[in-house]
Amino acid sequence: MRVSVESRASKQAKKVALWLTTFMLMLVMCLPGLWVVLSAFRPNREILAKPPVWIPEDLSLINFGKIFGFGAEQVGIPVGSYFTNSLIIALTSTVIALIIGVAGGYAFARYRFPFKGGLFLGLMLFRAVPGIALSLPVFMMWSKLGLVDTKMGLIIVYVSLNVPFTIWLIDGFFRQIPLSLSEAAQVDGCNPWQAFWKIEFPLARSGIASAGVFAFLTSWNEFALASQLTRSTDSKTLPVGLLDFTAQFTIDWAGMCALAVIIIIPALILTFIVQKHLIAGLTFGGVKG
Amino acid sequence: MAEITLEKVVKKYGATGVVHGIDLAIADREFVVLVGPSGCGKSTTLRMIAGLEDITGGLVRIGGKVVNDLPPRSRNISMVFQNYALYPHMNVRDNLGFGLKIAREPPAEIAKRVTEAAEMLGLTPLLDRTPAELSGGQRQRVAMGRAIVRNPEVFLFDEPLSNLDAKLRGQMRAEIKKLHQKVPTTVVYVTHDQVEAMTLADRIVVMRDGHIEQVGTPMQVFNHPQTAFVATFIGSPPMNLLASTIVGDAVRLADGSTVPVPDRLRGFVRDGMSVQLGIRPDDISPLGHGLSQDGPGAELNLTVELAEPLGMESLIYTRIAGQEVQAKLYGPRIVAPGEKLTFRLALDRAHLFDAATGKSVRAD
Repeated sequence: MRVSVESRASKQAKKVALWLTTFMLMLVMCLPGLWVVLSAFRPNREILAKPPVWIPEDLSLINFGKIFGFGAEQVGIPVGSYFTNSLIIALTSTVIALIIGVAGGYAFARYRFPFKGGLFLGLMLFRAVPGIALSLPVFMMWSKLGLVDTKMGLIIVYVSLNVPFTIWLIDGFFRQIPLSLSEAAQVDGCNPWQAFWKIEFPLARSGIASAGVFAFLTSWNEFALASQLTRSTDSKTLPVGLLDFTAQFTIDWAGMCALAVIIIIPALILTFIVQKHLIAGLTFGGVKG
Repeated sequence: MAEITLEKVVKKYGATGVVHGIDLAIADREFVVLVGPSGCGKSTTLRMIAGLEDITGGLVRIGGKVVNDLPPRSRNISMVFQNYALYPHMNVRDNLGFGLKIAREPPAEIAKRVTEAAEMLGLTPLLDRTPAELSGGQRQRVAMGRAIVRNPEVFLFDEPLSNLDAKLRGQMRAEIKKLHQKVPTTVVYVTHDQVEAMTLADRIVVMRDGHIEQVGTPMQVFNHPQTAFVATFIGSPPMNLLASTIVGDAVRLADGSTVPVPDRLRGFVRDGMSVQLGIRPDDISPLGHGLSQDGPGAELNLTVELAEPLGMESLIYTRIAGQEVQAKLYGPRIVAPGEKLTFRLALDRAHLFDAATGKSVRAD
C-alpha cells in the first residue's frame, strides 16, 4: 500500500517536472515573438524604458498608422511597395517551385532513368549549402545579367532555393500512392495524363500544399539574399524593409515591430487556410489496409 | 466476341526473361485461371494482356485484333487488382461510375448502370461511403463492381482474393462464380491458390518459370497431370512422388520392394527407366478406410509417424521405402504415432513420371 502511494507521488512529481520543463521551453520559444507583437502596439519610450515595463500600459495602433501614413507622425517607408514586392515574389516563386516540384517529384517517384540516385543526392546536397554562401557569386552573375534590383532576380533565386525541397517532399507523397491506382484508372479509360490529374494529383494534394507553404514562407521571410540583391522600391521585400527603421543613430523599434507583425500576418493566414488541406491519411483505405 | 490469343509471348526485364514464349488460346466467355507459384510469370502475363506491361516479343490478340501497342484504355478490358486499387478520395458511387464518367456517358446512364451494378453486388447501402469505411470483403465487391459496370469484353483478375481471410475468400469465390454465370464474359484469373483454380476455372493453365506446364479442365489437370510439377502443385495435400526404377513389369522402389506397373501405364515404360511413382494421399489408405477398395492395388505394412485428425478423416505421415509420404484415412478413427497398419495403394490411380524430364510417361 505504502509502495503504491509513494510511486503515485513520484509519478505526480515527474508529471509536474515535465510540465514545468515544457512551460519553460515554450516560454523561451514564444517570448521573443510575444515581445515583438506587444511592442508593435506600444510607444518607443515604453519599449526602451529601463527597467523594462513588463505589463504594457499604453496600447495603441499608432505605430501601424505611422507605417501606412495615417495620423500625425509618419515614417517615410514605402511599406505598400514592399508588401506588393514581397507578395509578387513569394507567390510567383512558390508557384514555379511547385510546378517543378510536382513534375520532378513525380518523375523521381515513378520513373527509372539514368543517374537517378546521383541526381537526387545532388538535390539534397544543394540544400546543404548555406544560402548566404551563394550570395556573392549570385550577385556577380546577376549584376552582369542586369537582374540585381529586379523582382525576376529574386524569383529565380527563391525558385532554385525551394525546388530541391519541394521535389523531395512531393516525391515522398507520390511514393505513398500505390502504382495500382494509376493503373486502375488507365484500365478504366484514362490516358496517363488524366490518371495523373484525376487520381494521383488529388491524393498528393496534402503533400503539395505542405511543400507550397514551406516554399512560400521561405521566400516571404528570406532576408540575407534579398538584402544583397535588392536596392529600391522596385524589388525590396518586407524583411529588407525592416532595415529602413534603423537610422545612423536611432532605431525605431516600435515601427519595426509593427512591420514585423504585418509580415507575420499573411504567413499565419496562409498556413491556416492550407492547414485544412493537410489531411493526412487520404490514401488509406483505397488499397488493402 | 472476345477470344484472347497469345502467340509466342515473351517478357524480359533487361536480360532477365520472365515469360518465355507462351502460346494460349482463350475462347469467348471462357473462365481461364492462370495458376502457379510466385515468380512463375502468371501476373506478368495478365498484365501484358491488360496493357500494363510492354510485350517484349510475340503477339497478344483480343477479339482477333492485335493489341500489343494499344494502351489499356483501348482494349475494352477491366481489371480487379490484388490490393483492390479503389480511389480513396471518391465514395463507392464515384468509384463505380469513374470509368463511365471518363467515357463521357450521360449522367442518367451512369446513375442507372451504377445502381444496377450496386444491386447485383449488394452495395446499394454503401454507395455514399469512402473505401476507408468499408471492410475487406466490401472493398473487394466494389472492385468487382467497378469492373462490371463498364461492360467490358474481358475481365482480368489479379489474385483478387489473396488479401481476404479464409472464410471470406470462400464466400467471394462463390460470388465470382455466380457473377460469371450472370455476366458471361471472357475471364482471365490469376491465383496461386489451387483451390480457386479448381473451383472457378473452365480451364486451368499451370505455369512455372515463365512456361506453360499444362492447360486443361480442372479434372483433366487433376486426373492426368502431364508433369510431376503439375501433379504436386494441383491437389492438396500434394501428390507423393517416390523415386523408383522400372524392372520388367514392376516398379522397384528405393529400398528394393516392388509394386506392379499400373495396367494403364504398361507399354509406356522401358525396362531400367528411372521414374517417379506419383500417388495422391487419397489413394494411400489403411485397409477398410480408403475411398475405393476395388481395382488393382498393392498392400504395404507401414508405421504411422504422425497423424493429423481432421474430423471425418485423418492425414497420416508415414514412410514408403525410406521416403516420407502422406496418406489419408477416411472415417473417424483415432490413429496413434507408432501404430503399424496395412495400407493399400490404389495403383489404378497412380502416375509415373520420367525422372529425367519430369514428364508423365503417358501423355494424355
